[in-house]
Parts: sequence; structure tokens; C-alpha cells
Amino acid sequence: MHEMSLVAGIMRILEDQARAQAFARVQTVVLEVGALNHADAESLRFAFEAQKPGTLAAEARLDIVVTPGTAWCMDCAEPVPLARRGDACPRCGGYKLQVTAGDDLRVRELEVE
Amino acid sequence: MCTMCGCGQGSLEAGRGKDQHHHHGEHDPEHAALHAAGVPHSHDGHGHIHYGHGPAGVSVAGLDQARLVKIEQDVLGHNDHLAAVNRARFAAAGIVAVNLVSSPGSGKTTLLCETTRALLPRMPVAVIEGDQQTTFDADRIRETGAPAIQVNTGKGCHLDAAMVGDACDHLPLERGSVLFIENVGNLVCPAAFDLGEAARVVILSVTEGEDKPLKYPDMFACADLMILNKVDLLPHVRFDVARCLELAHRVNPGLRVIELSATTHQGLHKWLGWIEERRDAMLAAAAS
Repeated sequence: MHEMSLVAGIMRILEDQARAQAFARVQTVVLEVGALNHADAESLRFAFEAQKPGTLAAEARLDIVVTPGTAWCMDCAEPVPLARRGDACPRCGGYKLQVTAGDDLRVRELEVE
Repeated sequence: MCTMCGCGQGSLEAGRGKDQHHHHGEHDPEHAALHAAGVPHSHDGHGHIHYGHGPAGVSVAGLDQARLVKIEQDVLGHNDHLAAVNRARFAAAGIVAVNLVSSPGSGKTTLLCETTRALLPRMPVAVIEGDQQTTFDADRIRETGAPAIQVNTGKGCHLDAAMVGDACDHLPLERGSVLFIENVGNLVCPAAFDLGEAARVVILSVTEGEDKPLKYPDMFACADLMILNKVDLLPHVRFDVARCLELAHRVNPGLRVIELSATTHQGLHKWLGWIEERRDAMLAAAAS
């Protein structure tokens, strides 16, 4: 359940941004979670709901945007979609894959007031 | 306070919601929009102009109070920053830091005790022990003669870069040391947290399931080395080494693997060689 720590990191980002960009409340947090990232979306939601009371995000909604996974197949020598780590290349069935996208976990944007 | 204009004088009659705006007889939609956006304007008949009546309580020219802020910030950015500080500190002192991750019971601490005993005559070694509670592991390490500090994470399931930085302040870290960081026994959470280590080593023992690399792919995907421990027990357990390695290489095709037994020392020299190689390279880089 490291998602509690991850959400603590989100709260830190909100507070830093509130100071830097002069806003008082956050209405929406748009979070980008890569399909191949270690974080679990449902656990993030749970942790967000647990931590938001009393913060500037007390009334905020968490929008999670799942971005697709992509890998470079060394045998096909081209990028291929990858739904999960450990899956085979959808083209050649091999496993010589290097993840190139979909490993992100970042706050993309905030709706603030 | 009114959630629509934030002017602090209204009452909301039908619960929360953007469309439920039921006060101020003089508000028309355009007027309400001015309030919502925090735009300074006059109220007919009031004879005054409102500033800073939006939720933020301030007025900034050219700035709507409800707005979208693009920030594109990594959630782990703060931890990654502290990890970079640790990494720079280790590099400057020629210290090679190794982050050891595994499930509980894989034999991490036994491997660490045997490794420390073997390395100590040749180079300084220090250990950071991460566990939820007790100082048992640090006590075991200290018996080998190496300095060790126990980090108790309480309810935490992983070490983070701040904990490692703090722990380093309490350790005698000599130039050219090997610093072992034994993470909390957990094959999930520690994968997310960079500690500033030079290498991440995942330990799997043959008394566990051979399918763990695929069950916990994040940890195996982010490792630089996999140690297959307790290989002396292979005659007594059902564990298909080839299958295990095949699954590990599915999630991390370039993953190097060392098979060893911490108790019989079978294969231990390969692991010691791997550490020394990295430590010598780190020391050479710090000297240049």
C-alpha cells in the first residue's frame, strides 16, 4: 500500500503549487497513471479520499487518466503496445521487450480556484 | 459561502453543486459569471465595486479565479530529488550503495551477514536495515563487526530516500565503503522508491514460488541483479530454476542472475566479485 505515500506526494505538490501559483483550493486533480506503473488506481483513489479532508483538496475530485504501455521489441525492431509487464510481444510472441512508455505517475493538471 | 460566486453572503438551499445557486435577487447569469471568475465589477445600486470576493480572497489582474493549471509533475519527484542528493553524496565519497529487496524470509539478512564477514577484511562496509519494527537485523549485522543502523518504518511498507539520507548521517561512511541498504521485506512497494543506490538487487529463494517474477513484475523489472538464494535446498524442494529465470527475463530481458547459497557459500564468490567490481569502479570515478 505504498499508494498512501504516493498520495502524500500529490498533496505536497498541491501545496507547493498553491504557494507558487496563488490558489486556495483545488477542485480537480488530473493524475496520469501509466498502465505499466507500479501504482494501483483504486488504491490511489482510496488513499486520496483518506488524506484530503482538511487540506486544500478537501472538496477535490481525483481524475485518473490511464496512459497505454508501449515497449520496444528487440526482435521486431519496432515499438509495440504492451498491456502488462511480462506479456509477450503482440507481433512476434517474444519477450525481448524494453518498456518505453506507460510507466509514468504524474500530476498532469489541476483545476483550481 | 456560495460555491458559485464565493461572495460569502448567500445560502445554498439544495445541497452542493455547481448548478444550485439560489440567492441574491440581483444576480443574473452574466453577473454570477463575473463573481465566479472573480472579475471586479459593480453592483447596480450598491455604488461600489467588488474586488477579491472570489474564493481566493484576492484579485489579480488578468487572472480568473477558477482555472486550469498544467503542472506535469512526477508524484515521486520529491523522493527522486532526495535520491539524487544521496547518489551525489555516495559518488563523491566513492561509496557503492546497494538496495536489497525481497519478500520476507528470502534470506536477505543471512546473505548480508555472510557478505559483510567476507568483505570486511578488504573494504569498509556499512549497513542500513529497514524493518517495520525491532532492531534484530541491525544487531545481527553488528555482530559481524560492521556498523549498522536500524530504520523502523512503523506502519510504512518501504524505505524512502529521506530515511536513507537520515540514516547515512548516523553511520560512519568511509571513503570506498560498500553500503548495503536492506529494504523492508516486501516485493511490491519498495519498487517505487529510488534511494540513491548504485544498484538494486532482488533476492528470491528457492523455497518461494518460481513464478514470483511474473506475479510481482515491477520489482523484477527495476532490478539490476537477481540473486537466487538457498540453492543448496534445491534437491528438497519443487522449484524449476529454468522456468523461474525464463519468467524473470520476460519482465527484464537483461537481468543478470547469480545463484548462490548464503549458508553453504556455494556461488557466494560470484556475488562478492559483482560487488567488488562496482565498488572499485565507484572509487576510481571518485578519484578522477
